[in-house]
Amino acid sequence: MSTVETKTTSVQDAPQKQETHVHAQPSSARKLSTFLSTYVFSKDHKVIGLQFLFSTLLWFLIGGLLALAVRWQVAWPWSDVPVVGKLFAQQGGQMAPEFYTMLFTMHATVMIFLVIIPILAGAFGNFLIPLMIGADDMAFPTLNMLSYWFMWPAFIAFGASFFVEGGAASSGWTSYPTLSTNVNSSPGAGWGQTLWLIGLTFVGVSSMLGSVNYMTTIILMRAPGMTMFRLPMTIWAMFITAVLQAFALPVLTAAGFMQLADRSLGTGFFTPEGNIVNNAIATAGGGQPLLWQHLFWFYSHPAVYIMILPAMGMVSDILTCFARKPLFGYRPMVYSVAGIAGLGFIVWGHHMFMSGMNPALGTTFMVSTMMIALPSAVKTFNWLGTIWAGRIQFTTSMLFALSFVSMFIIGGLSGIFMAATPVDIFIHDTYFIVAHFHYVLFAGTAMGVWAAIYFWFPKMFGRTMNEFWGKVHFFLTFIFLNGTFFTMHILGAVGFPRRLADAYHYETFHHLQPLNAFMTYCAIGMVASQIIFAVNFFWSMFYGPVAGRNPWNSNTLEWTAPSPPGHGNFDFQPIVHRGPYEYSVPGVESDHLMQTDPPNAAATAAAAAAH
Amino acid sequence: MKRLAGLFWSLLFLAVPIFGVITFAVAPAYDIWLPKDVSEHGASVDGLFYFILWLTGGVFVVTEVALFWFIWKYDANNKKSEVKYRHGSHVLEVVWTIVPAAVLLFLAIYQMNTWADIKMRRPNMAPTVEVIGRQFEWRLRYPGRDGVLGTPDDLHLVNDLHLPIDEDILIQLKSMDVLHSFFLPNVRIKQDAVPGMKIPVWFKAREEGVFDIVCAELCGWGHYKMKGRVTFESRESFEKWLEVKYQEQEATQASNAET
Repeated sequence: MSTVETKTTSVQDAPQKQETHVHAQPSSARKLSTFLSTYVFSKDHKVIGLQFLFSTLLWFLIGGLLALAVRWQVAWPWSDVPVVGKLFAQQGGQMAPEFYTMLFTMHATVMIFLVIIPILAGAFGNFLIPLMIGADDMAFPTLNMLSYWFMWPAFIAFGASFFVEGGAASSGWTSYPTLSTNVNSSPGAGWGQTLWLIGLTFVGVSSMLGSVNYMTTIILMRAPGMTMFRLPMTIWAMFITAVLQAFALPVLTAAGFMQLADRSLGTGFFTPEGNIVNNAIATAGGGQPLLWQHLFWFYSHPAVYIMILPAMGMVSDILTCFARKPLFGYRPMVYSVAGIAGLGFIVWGHHMFMSGMNPALGTTFMVSTMMIALPSAVKTFNWLGTIWAGRIQFTTSMLFALSFVSMFIIGGLSGIFMAATPVDIFIHDTYFIVAHFHYVLFAGTAMGVWAAIYFWFPKMFGRTMNEFWGKVHFFLTFIFLNGTFFTMHILGAVGFPRRLADAYHYETFHHLQPLNAFMTYCAIGMVASQIIFAVNFFWSMFYGPVAGRNPWNSNTLEWTAPSPPGHGNFDFQPIVHRGPYEYSVPGVESDHLMQTDPPNAAATAAAAAAH
Repeated sequence: MKRLAGLFWSLLFLAVPIFGVITFAVAPAYDIWLPKDVSEHGASVDGLFYFILWLTGGVFVVTEVALFWFIWKYDANNKKSEVKYRHGSHVLEVVWTIVPAAVLLFLAIYQMNTWADIKMRRPNMAPTVEVIGRQFEWRLRYPGRDGVLGTPDDLHLVNDLHLPIDEDILIQLKSMDVLHSFFLPNVRIKQDAVPGMKIPVWFKAREEGVFDIVCAELCGWGHYKMKGRVTFESRESFEKWLEVKYQEQEATQASNAET
């Protein structure tokens, strides 16, 4: 187990350190400092990856429970919330509307900034990049450690904001001014919003430290023979994601500071002249609320791809492994990731079609948005091409990866509706949008993350997860997620708006309560199914069957290292001879050729023939 | 047993297109579908919606069924034939790049005219009414007898919008405090109201009736209750209503002055 191996290496390191500067240290203090440097302030990319994984999974649970509370109110407005109602809500056991507003704001905030982005880049990026490129660690281990510890001020800021006066932020995760900048506008626009902005800034610092590190590591620290076009898709996706982060993030950070200044210094970047909120005249003017939207989406649209590209990469690797077939169209796959990232910078305006932005500009953004569907389509076709004529093994990981493809098709296609500006007039800010991004981010990314957890768990902990319970977990999640999210499409077709605490007093929407109740039942089932996952995860960590170095007969470098890898990762110098997807090579005895396997005449001939 | 497992999982994936299509096919029967449209331009919006629905629906069914078919056919426990050792196909890549590109480009150009009609080709006229979003109500201001907004004879109302049918309506949309969004589901109109901006919104209603005005942009804790009603009526009854409301306003102002 990782604990044993890393401990031995650090114990070896410890006496040297002691000799140099701490002579008369008592042994208990030394144990403490060893413990701290091994598990807490570790600079080992694997430990940092796992720290990210455990933290984000915990926040995933919190975000999921927030979602259930949101669903409760949408299905049964103003009814007593079971169990926790008495603890949190203000009026007896029922939810106040400002509480509901806070719930969906924090659900989105937690899921996006504390779960999806850090679990992909922080957990899997950290754990996998050095292992998959054959490096012993990241280029900047200290920065890497800081990237995790800079998450903690964010955790504390977001977490504490629930308990300040007025509650946590409640102007939506998009935090549009002037609702967010004017403290008179809503209860959560007080301390809650300030803490939200502070938390956001720290998440940004963490992401930036990570992305600088990932870019440097991937460019400079690849093993001998590991050319860029021999990198697994996971690494390509992580690399391009890091580039996206590095270029987009400064804009959000600047915008966040501007909003903080608007709130605390009265700068008025986003407040127009003569703004009267809640009968109080704003002190400053001369700003523009739309400016925030441009700056915010300039980051947050690329962030949408930051939230899906790494999952796409990991799914590509998992699909090839369990289809026992080379990836179909490796280079087109790489180019389409790059294409998505490039176009991702010029489509932010599609969030603003209805915002009052110049409608002619809307047309421009519409065209670029339509075009970004193209690389996504290419990726989907290549995934289908990958499993075509393969030998599919139904592991839990593969089922999650296949469902990623299936669900991403839905999420991708529904995006075309809202890219079409005239249709967006009707469906903008309705549940159609909610359906779309939950198909991409939950049914896509989260399913991809589960595929990755089941796949790399043996490498992380040296043991495999239980397959039977893994499949039960997959089956229930798959059923319930579709029950919850697919129905949102037709809800959106009625025009059912997002973020309404109670929409049933509208004539247009009064008959939709039974459908919403059905969705809430499914959502409860979906969250409950995760108990199976949690038990399987922790049980397998200690009692699962011991995995060898390469339990899935996969090709990439991490599977040549011990499971779990010790400090420094590899017990030999990996030398790469081929790309990562040489499965079922004709004339080769084994059905897979690892990247480190020595050159093979039959394989070279087969590769030449196949091209 | 293992072959059954493969069948089970592939059928699960086949359930996606089946239930997907059923959901969309059955929804209109339960009235969980596009609400009634009373506008002139709405038909082209809905037409585009249906066009994209059929297009994406076709792609959805074909790709999902292909996924099911591959999962079922290439199950390792079911399959006798060799794995095809292929790294891709240049021809296929070109085909499935160019075909979607052409379709998407067509779609982009095809919709431009509708968008321009609704948001860019503004009728040349004075505003019929000014709508001002305020937490959590829609404040309305009619120009009054002189037909000019911003004069002392303006008629002020809240949430109760009346408009004549069969003629161009131009609304001047403003916000006093935070963002709101003026959403008329039955007219296929949505436009954010932005503090500091005057945004024109225009349409033509074809049918009489009373419909919802929904706020579609988060505007605070009371966002859900920011509800208005719009009444579309003939020119005659619209003017009659306007006159009644104007008299009411005059009367209250007069009594206010006396007290």
